[in-house]
Amino acid sequence: MELAPRTYRITRAELVRYAGASGDFNPIHWSDRIATGVGLPGVIAHGMYTMALVARAVVEWTGDPAAIVDLRVRFTRPVPVPDTDEGTELMVTATVRDGEPYPELVLTATCAGEKVLGMAVAPWPTVPGV
Amino acid sequence: MLDPSYAGHAYPPALPYLVGREKIREFALAVGAAHPAYLDPEAARALGYPDVIAPPTFPIVLAGAGLESMAADPGLGLDFSRVVHGEQRFAYTRPMYAGDRITCTTTIEQITSRAGNDFLTSRTDMVDEHGEPVVSTWNKLVVRGE
Repeated sequence: MELAPRTYRITRAELVRYAGASGDFNPIHWSDRIATGVGLPGVIAHGMYTMALVARAVVEWTGDPAAIVDLRVRFTRPVPVPDTDEGTELMVTATVRDGEPYPELVLTATCAGEKVLGMAVAPWPTVPGV
Repeated sequence: MLDPSYAGHAYPPALPYLVGREKIREFALAVGAAHPAYLDPEAARALGYPDVIAPPTFPIVLAGAGLESMAADPGLGLDFSRVVHGEQRFAYTRPMYAGDRITCTTTIEQITSRAGNDFLTSRTDMVDEHGEPVVSTWNKLVVRGE
């Protein structure tokens, strides 16, 4: 079963706010000069911000604020965030598959058609009849 | 190069972290986590929690101290300027609440090398003031070869 994808817009303003809230002030998340200096295309989103949006999608799908008991992700590509009003867009998709003792959600996040996060698995105990 | 003999090395617990309502609110708003259980103590109590609960990835705020311990350990040889975040996992025993006094202990689980890159997996165990487990988080860093 595939769940309806969720999309989230990410601009530089979100990254600044996440830096402050999380305490992760790595300059690759706010300085183009430093990001390009280490070989990145420009400022990229915090991996943990991307993961937080994936977790947010799970909570929105389930309606349960404590739905996540085990969440694993692998970061496969950076998420560049241009300094524009539009920024970029992250799409989170999920399918439900059989698992023990509960069915599991297999989550993927894509940005501009490229997979940026995968291997995300969360038990899915709250869907009746699945 | 990381020193592979550090596998199994544990860093002493950081001072307890007091989880605050307003820090949870700040984090929840920053990631767009809008469920009232993150923001409103009454809504959280109505669901059976003692106070607002933290969104799923909030414990990363507490785990930063463990990364700093590793970065500050000259024997380990971790060069943060070449680090990429590879994987992250959270495994919960129960949700984290405002009012929790959390102690974090970080242990290096595994150090491996492949294709010129080093991989470092660490685990941070978070327990409450009664010593009961709340959540463990695993962090895998990729250290790009020079």
